Amino acid sequence: MYSRCLASLLLLGCTLLAGCERETRAFHEEAPAINDVSPTDFRAGGTPRPVAKNPQAAEYERNAFHISEGKRYYEWYNCYSCHAAGGGDIGPPLMDDEWRYGGEIEQIFSSIVEGRPNGMPSFAGRIPEQQVWEIAAYVRSMSGNAAKDAVPSRGDEIKTTKPLTQVPPTPERSEPPRSNR
Amino acid sequence: MTTALPREADPAEITAQHAQLTRTWGTGQSLFERLATVDHKIVARRYVITAFVFFVLAGVLALLMRIQLAQPDSHLIDPDRYNQLFTMHGTTMMFLFAVPIMEAIAVYLVPLMCGTRNISFPRLNAFSYWVFLFGGVMIWIAFLMNAGPETGWFSYVPLAGPEYSPGKRTDFWAQMVTFTEVAALAVAVELIATILKQRAPGMTLARMPLFLWAMLVTSFMVIIAMPAVMLASSFLIADRLIGTHFFNPVEGGDALLWQHLFWFFGHPEVYIIFLPALGMVSSIVITFARRTIFAYTLMVLALVTTGLLAFGLWVHHMFATGLPHLGSSFYTAASMMIAIPSGMQIFAWIATLWDGKPRFMTPLLFVIGFIVIFVLGGLTGVMLASVPLDLQLHDTYFVVAHFHYVLIGGAVFPLFAAFYYWFPKFTGRKLSERLGRWNFWLFFIGFNVTFFPMHILGLAGMPRRVYTYADGLGWESLNLLSTLGALMIGASVLLFIVNAARSLKQGEPAGDNPWGASTLEWATSSPPPPYNFMHIPVVTGREALWQPEPRQVLEGLSPAHREVLCTSALAAVPDIRQHSAEPSIWPFWTAIATAIWFIASIFDARAVLWGSLPVAVCLIAWMWPTPPRVLQQRTAP
Amino acid sequence: MSGRKHICAALVVLLAGCSGQQAALDAAGDQAATIGDLWTLMLWVCGFMYLLVLIFLAHAIWRARHALDAEPLTHGSGSRAEHPLRMALGGWVGLIVVGLFVLSLATFFIDRSLAQARTDDALKIKVTAAQWWWKVEYEGMAPDQRVVTANELRLPVGQPALLELHAEDVIHSLWIPNLGGKEDLIPGRINSLLLTPRREGEYRGQCAEFCGLQHAKMALDATVMNPDAFTRWRQQQLTPAPAPSTPEQIRGHEIFMSGPCAACHQIAGTPASGQTGPNLTHLASRRTIAAGARPYSFEDLRDWLRDPQSVKPGNHMPVVQLSDSDLNALTAYLDSLK
Repeated sequence: MYSRCLASLLLLGCTLLAGCERETRAFHEEAPAINDVSPTDFRAGGTPRPVAKNPQAAEYERNAFHISEGKRYYEWYNCYSCHAAGGGDIGPPLMDDEWRYGGEIEQIFSSIVEGRPNGMPSFAGRIPEQQVWEIAAYVRSMSGNAAKDAVPSRGDEIKTTKPLTQVPPTPERSEPPRSNR
Repeated sequence: MTTALPREADPAEITAQHAQLTRTWGTGQSLFERLATVDHKIVARRYVITAFVFFVLAGVLALLMRIQLAQPDSHLIDPDRYNQLFTMHGTTMMFLFAVPIMEAIAVYLVPLMCGTRNISFPRLNAFSYWVFLFGGVMIWIAFLMNAGPETGWFSYVPLAGPEYSPGKRTDFWAQMVTFTEVAALAVAVELIATILKQRAPGMTLARMPLFLWAMLVTSFMVIIAMPAVMLASSFLIADRLIGTHFFNPVEGGDALLWQHLFWFFGHPEVYIIFLPALGMVSSIVITFARRTIFAYTLMVLALVTTGLLAFGLWVHHMFATGLPHLGSSFYTAASMMIAIPSGMQIFAWIATLWDGKPRFMTPLLFVIGFIVIFVLGGLTGVMLASVPLDLQLHDTYFVVAHFHYVLIGGAVFPLFAAFYYWFPKFTGRKLSERLGRWNFWLFFIGFNVTFFPMHILGLAGMPRRVYTYADGLGWESLNLLSTLGALMIGASVLLFIVNAARSLKQGEPAGDNPWGASTLEWATSSPPPPYNFMHIPVVTGREALWQPEPRQVLEGLSPAHREVLCTSALAAVPDIRQHSAEPSIWPFWTAIATAIWFIASIFDARAVLWGSLPVAVCLIAWMWPTPPRVLQQRTAP
Repeated sequence: MSGRKHICAALVVLLAGCSGQQAALDAAGDQAATIGDLWTLMLWVCGFMYLLVLIFLAHAIWRARHALDAEPLTHGSGSRAEHPLRMALGGWVGLIVVGLFVLSLATFFIDRSLAQARTDDALKIKVTAAQWWWKVEYEGMAPDQRVVTANELRLPVGQPALLELHAEDVIHSLWIPNLGGKEDLIPGRINSLLLTPRREGEYRGQCAEFCGLQHAKMALDATVMNPDAFTRWRQQQLTPAPAPSTPEQIRGHEIFMSGPCAACHQIAGTPASGQTGPNLTHLASRRTIAAGARPYSFEDLRDWLRDPQSVKPGNHMPVVQLSDSDLNALTAYLDSLK
């Protein structure tokens, strides 16, 4: 009986703590470091680089403020011009389950910082790292992979995509993507 | 049923009748019975205490803000936390303190003043308290978990929309609004039914105490105003949760729609807080001036007029939004017009004191404080109603000063007066008069020291809702002064709490009618028994207990089961004997199901559907017809 | 400051009737002056009414001092004072009605006069508010005559200025108390505000509608200048930024162009053409930095660049890690943008 009570209390505590993590506004945070410096396979359609999960990075996709800021920077740094609102244009779509260079937040971070063949420029030194993490978290939310209770439903703009709160999570496909572009 | 003079007291018979009525109407000590109780006095006591706790909590937040603002460029509190502080302060004061405590006191007093045994719809009443409690606890837990709302108590979109207020903070706020409005609407319905149908025989509309009139008007206002804000908060949460576009201008929505809906509620809200306070003031003035109110009919008309006009002036919160000028002039006129009924009432109270034989005890001191402060707040209100002047004063500390003069002066001072006045009725003991005087003077001086300088700060250019301000703008001294005043108010409230805690144990026993007052709640013992009145009193004049002729009572209600007397709405002629609901645990469970429904729908839109199922089940159990519980039958005379 | 000094200062503020660079009653423009007159009228009328209430209340209390142990007077209509009191009530209500009538009429006509002021020779300025800064654009005859600046508003004395108000994100409110009343800037709407400055000087405006984290630090420096000085300023604003001259400035220029700065900020005459942050072409000629968060000085600018999140937590300018020498170079470059 007591252990059940304790367990439910712990569960409640965890939920509440998750709430805390979701709501923090971290203005002054050290960006998580990427220690893994193994070179990326730069061939078009090459295999995604395996990632070392970074727990601090994972917090970005659970934090509402970071995702919301990421949405703003996605616009301001003009990611729109190639990826549109996530549906893709001259750049690949970001809201599907197909990731040429990996769909984990660390992999997205690397793709933004390093750039990728066939047009994705490197933003190293152009976008401060913390903001890159925020953009990566927002990109994760487009395919439904950021925390559901942390994403904004819609922006104050015209958009034809679903509200982010209603995008079902699309886990990265396990088989290597067929390159059809 | 017969009307009779109270029979010669036969102590044995009285004791037996008391025992039987107590068994019929009483609430036991077990946890189950406490949760299931439908006694309006117990529910109201919980309501008052809970709302007062919220008042103290919100007051602490105000002190934190004042400490932050005491110095320029202060770094004690960061902007994120500060924004949550002022939002929680306003939200708690408006939604969790001011409206609920007025309704709570009404839930206690209205049935007693009407001379009836319980409020109408007593289970709804119990439900209303639990819903209010859960809503308040929810928003405070959210606040303590760093998920407190941060967009101000009126949550203007787009700032409060999905794009600019990330996370669940504003969703909690929007649902808290829904919780408290459900509670307020429930109480409003009960009060209207009680006042219109359960008045003691003989208490015609023209003999109703002004407090009942005030509550009647207030309750109708609640019913008209609150749906607007529930609609607005539902739009907001739909925008935030499922991506609708009610407030998104680029998709055909409108940011100003929110302001119209919110202030259509928000301005009447002020009068919803203020009118019950006027009723309290009238009661206290009559008792302590020992004179019936001057110009009763005009006072009633003033209450009704205020209630009507209150719905025609919401746009004066929006003069700076660029609405057409001709339309604004209409709202200027309507806003200024409200000074006429208010001025009339102020005159009538002072005239009553002037012509009466006033005893200056603590309740009356608070009433005099109310007049001095509220009139100043009302006059700055006239200034704010003027479009050009409002464009300078709007959203500055001048407005902060204005609405604290109106709300603290107009509602909190009468409320403290009411605490001192009715505490003997609630508890059977008087509050200490000596501490009461300290309480009053600290509050009165502290209040003016805190808020008067804010008028000047506003004229000197200080906008409201700033977490800090730069040195050198000339705002430093007045802000420091204001903070010192706030500490005095804090000390005063602390003193009140000490006074209440001490008097509860050691206060002077009050007796039935310690002040020699004239309304029916003083015709029963203090605190009143579970059944309120052994016999339903019959009213023969406006000041029921001051009538020269001997008091009559009405006999014939069964003591063996819960029966209340319904009378006709206008002339209060006995109409029917109505069964009053038995205690039930189901309002409590329904409130829990409702809380789950509302809170779950913050996180998952589908909860709107599945969450309604447990509520429906609980409601069915609540409404399930059961035969009235009849105790050992006694032949009614 | 000592307590006594504070009290003195408070009294001074009370007596001086709120003068200062952000004070509604220290009028430096037509609109503020007109509203100031209305304020004076209101203050007299309302003050008089308040005085009447207080006198009546005081008299009621004073009169009661002998009445301590009388019997309750339960039948009001039996009181001898009932009739005179009714007459007095009638008079009082009449007085209120007359007072309100005067105030309503004054309000109506002043509102009218403010709304119907001539705007055909007005200087047209577009002000766009964003979290948490102001973008100010002076329309010109030709596109290349358009002046873009941020967080400062310069107006020639005596000429009406018609401000066209836009909002980028949430609702803001533009308020320069010395010049006139405020007007909201609302997304999806275009509002306008007419200001006619009459006295040269430096004033301060501030966002008046709560707009999020840094609502407190969203100020606008307003300067009213003589028309010649204004024309000179306007011409000077049209010139592109001066090229960096010292080696340190040249290094700062490179840091700016190759770093994140250029993605958000524009400096005319350089490759930096970002549009989401304030235009920095003549940054060093402004009075303050970061929308009034700090006064402008080399040291304050360097502090700001080192850590914008300490100066104005939550604003959208990121912390960019720079070595001290790089920071000095960048500050030196920006400080050269007169």
